Amino acid sequence: MFEDRKMETMTAPAGMELVYRRPSTLVDTPMHYCPGCSHGVVHRLIMEVVEETGIQEKTIGVAPVGCSVFAYNYLDVDMQEAPHGRATAVATGIKRVHPDKIVFTYQGDGDLAAIGTGETIHTVNRGESIVVVFINNAIYGMTGGQMAPTTLLGMVTSTTPFGREQPVMGYPLKITELIAHLPGAYFVTRQAVHTTAHVRKAKKALQAAFEYQGHNKGTCFLEFVSNCPSGWKMTPLEANDWLEKNMLPMYPLGDLKVPGRN
Amino acid sequence: MIKGTIHVSIDICKGCELCIAACPQESLALSEQINKKGYRYAVLIKDNCTGCVNCALVCPDAVITVYREPKSAKKREAVEA
Amino acid sequence: MSHKPEQPRLMKGNEALAESALRAGIHAYFGYPITPQSEILEYLTEHGRQYGCVVLQAESEIAAINMIYGAGGAGGRVMTSSSSPGISLMQEGLSYMACAEIPCLVVNVNRGGPGLGTIQPAQGDYFQATKGGGHGDYRLIVLAPSSVQEMADFVFEGFRLAEKYRNPAFILTDGALGQMMEKVILPPAGSLPHPEKPWATVGKPKHRERNILTSLHIESEKMEKVNHRLQEKYTALQREARHEAFQTDDAEVLLVAYGLSARICQKAMELAREKGIRAGVLRPITLYPFPSKAVAGAAEQASNVLVVELNSGQMIEDVKLAVNGRRPVHFKGRMGGIIISPEEVLAEIEHIVEHTQVEHV
Repeated sequence: MFEDRKMETMTAPAGMELVYRRPSTLVDTPMHYCPGCSHGVVHRLIMEVVEETGIQEKTIGVAPVGCSVFAYNYLDVDMQEAPHGRATAVATGIKRVHPDKIVFTYQGDGDLAAIGTGETIHTVNRGESIVVVFINNAIYGMTGGQMAPTTLLGMVTSTTPFGREQPVMGYPLKITELIAHLPGAYFVTRQAVHTTAHVRKAKKALQAAFEYQGHNKGTCFLEFVSNCPSGWKMTPLEANDWLEKNMLPMYPLGDLKVPGRN
Repeated sequence: MIKGTIHVSIDICKGCELCIAACPQESLALSEQINKKGYRYAVLIKDNCTGCVNCALVCPDAVITVYREPKSAKKREAVEA
Repeated sequence: MSHKPEQPRLMKGNEALAESALRAGIHAYFGYPITPQSEILEYLTEHGRQYGCVVLQAESEIAAINMIYGAGGAGGRVMTSSSSPGISLMQEGLSYMACAEIPCLVVNVNRGGPGLGTIQPAQGDYFQATKGGGHGDYRLIVLAPSSVQEMADFVFEGFRLAEKYRNPAFILTDGALGQMMEKVILPPAGSLPHPEKPWATVGKPKHRERNILTSLHIESEKMEKVNHRLQEKYTALQREARHEAFQTDDAEVLLVAYGLSARICQKAMELAREKGIRAGVLRPITLYPFPSKAVAGAAEQASNVLVVELNSGQMIEDVKLAVNGRRPVHFKGRMGGIIISPEEVLAEIEHIVEHTQVEHV
């Protein structure tokens, strides 16, 4: 019945109507991510928000270094690819010359919370009115599964083969809690996308963040506790289960800072 | 019950099974065949889909399109019955 | 706008450069304090507002260059400045910008190195500026002013070239030119047109393909293609090579020097001529593209070439390539922030002449 996946050419079966399709703002090309990877879900949610709020023409994205370095291949908006860790500095530059545009960064834990910690903190501290999307899967995926700043104690990675040991490698960095303390942060939340209920909440958070950007009152910072089936050496289902049992106790979900509430 | 169905973009699906776990009706399974990339892909195996969208929401590759009977059609059916 | 000709002013090099940047219509400047260039940041923070220019003190030189990358990529006319150690921190960003072909202007008020070095003037960053500086095969367009007037003028010239070739431009100056005060006539505001930038990331209208600025081309065939395109651009750039010649027509000793050293060499040339030695000076104005033909032509008629730099001998390599073994190429330099005196250069000229005469006997 459906030879072509392109929405325009797809027709609803007799007696039925379309209730969900991928957003038109997500480029119609297969993504390079591993099966079950959270990146794809977060990409799609961002682009759903961009489509539904009609901001495609004024949105500019910044891609990081890491697995999502190719985000610009999938997100149908103008984009720049930043050096490792510098996405928020690049976004600062864009936003400062185009204060009327919607600017967001998309970064992983290594990019945002290790090599780019300085840029992350100072960008939020300046209260740059941008959206920062932070994917925390506690590992370096692109380079083959090395320890990240957010790697849990005891977690095995290719550079913590005996598990992350605090005396050697320190503690997992809860950078989102750190960010929430900065006066320049306007909206700070931690979400996940491993179940339908979490996906629905995550989308609401993204909708709020993109809307808040128009307030020009500070940075909207969204952490997504994510999986990395390949890096964690698990099936996608095992990874989501492991995330629920191990990541969420360390990185509890919810809003850390909400406009008008804190 | 409202009747729905889905369309899966077979060649884009990576067979991660997240949709299968998310389906409250247990309507989904992996195919016996493999797609161009060598993955078994998600298929509807039962006729009980309600078009709840859960599968599409968790799909990392945005391969699922969801259709559903309009609610008004359902009502009409009930009246006619 | 007034059409009265601009009156000469007495200004510091750094301040003349900063004022000129505002008159060049920069949209944004991102910088970080470092001696001996902090006046540029200070001047712009004070005066930028009147021009509607975004001026931001970044948390580091790394952040500053990446803000430039963002703002320049988004179509802004953008500038940053620093001094040697800070310029080292900017190299990664410059490499990305060269590959993504984002025009901008970067100013290096060179101080003595290596390492933290000294805050005194030097020319030790020639290699870094002209050979790429960061990783990969790329070049910057490098201009070397030798007066406060040129500190102001080359801002316009830098942006003109950067935007024409979609490539970062670079002003390589030094702590002496940045700090000294001289008479300067500033270029009029608004006289540098803003070209169209259809490639900029400004938000994608419905019916245009999205603009992507990246330096990542993971397939080798594509990456090689990008490299070929860059190399073709650098070849085309060669026509922009500029130099200035002083009494080179009859020179038996050809001095080659840029920036501050060129001024010292002019004085040394005068002293030599007073003593009956026909010296001449060739001053490369663009260090990349290097005015090789001009150097080769001037060397042709001299019996010796003397390169003078405030380093251990860096530009001499380009001079030797240009001269290609046809004449002996000598070197005189000072390091560590010490400015060579005209007398030291004269002594070297005299030594060369004596040595040559002995050889001829």
